[in-house]
Amino acid sequence: MQRLIAFAFLAASGLAAADTPSRIADHYAAGASSKRGGEFYAREFGVSEKMPACTACHTDDPARPGRHAVTGKGIKPLSPSANPERFTDAAKVEKWFKRNCKEVVGRECTPGEKADFIAYVTEGR
Amino acid sequence: MKILPFIIATTLSLPALADRLPIPADAPPAFRTECGSCHFTFPPALLAADDWRRVMADLERHYGDNASLDDRTRRQIEDFLVRHAGSGRRVSGAGATDGVLPRLTFTRWFLKEHDEVPAAVWKDKAVGSAANCAACHTKAEQGSFREREIRMPGTGGGWRHERD
Repeated sequence: MQRLIAFAFLAASGLAAADTPSRIADHYAAGASSKRGGEFYAREFGVSEKMPACTACHTDDPARPGRHAVTGKGIKPLSPSANPERFTDAAKVEKWFKRNCKEVVGRECTPGEKADFIAYVTEGR
Repeated sequence: MKILPFIIATTLSLPALADRLPIPADAPPAFRTECGSCHFTFPPALLAADDWRRVMADLERHYGDNASLDDRTRRQIEDFLVRHAGSGRRVSGAGATDGVLPRLTFTRWFLKEHDEVPAAVWKDKAVGSAANCAACHTKAEQGSFREREIRMPGTGGGWRHERD
C-alpha cells in the first residue's frame, strides 16, 4: 500500500512538472493563434495609466527582459526560449493572467485570449 | 585598559547595525514569491503595523497595480508584516490618509537618509522608482544597506557616497 501511495505521489508530481507551454495553451482553448496573440500583446488598452499595454512592462519583444512600469524591478523574459521556466506551471500562469488582465485589459481575459497569448510569446522564439 | 578595544569595536559596529535590515527568518515563502516578484521585498520594520494593515486591506488597488491574493496567502503575509512592523521615528510620516496608502519612502527617516541623492539618480531609467532599493544598494537583496555598497546609476560611472 505504501508503495502504491508513493507511486501515486510520484505520478502526480510528474504530471505537475510536465506542464509545457503548448499543454497549458491547449488547456485554455484549442486552435490558438500566435497572430491574434501578437495583436493582443501589442494592443493599447489604456485602462491603466502606468500599464496601458502588455508592452509597458514586457517590452515590444517578449524574448527580452522587461521592467515593472511602477516599481522599476526587472522582469525576466516571457518567452520560454529566453527563460525556460516560463509557462511550466499552470497555476502560476493563471495567477498572472488573472492579475495582469484585470489591471491592463480591465477585465479577466477569455480562455481564447490566454491561449493566443501563450502561442505568440512561445512561437518562433 | 583591556576594555578599550571592546568599546572601539562596539562603537564602530553601531552604524553598521543600523544598515542591516534583513528579512526576518520566519517570512512565509509567499512573501518572496508574491511581493518580491514585482518589487523589492521591503523590510517589514520600515512601516508601522497599522500601515501594513492598510496596505494589505486592498491589494486590487496596490500603488497602481493589481496585486490580489487568495485570502489565506494575504493573511499569512499580513501577519508576518505586522509581527515585524517598525515603530517610532523610522516609520513616522508614511502619509496614510483615507484612500491614500502609506509609503515607506515618505517617512522622515527615509527622506533624511536619502537627502543627498541627486535628482538625476531618482530619474535615471535604471532606478525608475524610489522603491527600487537594489538599483543603488548593491547588497540590498541580502539585507545590507551600508554606505560603501552604494552605487548610484545616472551619475556618470557609478557615483559613490562621499562619506564612504
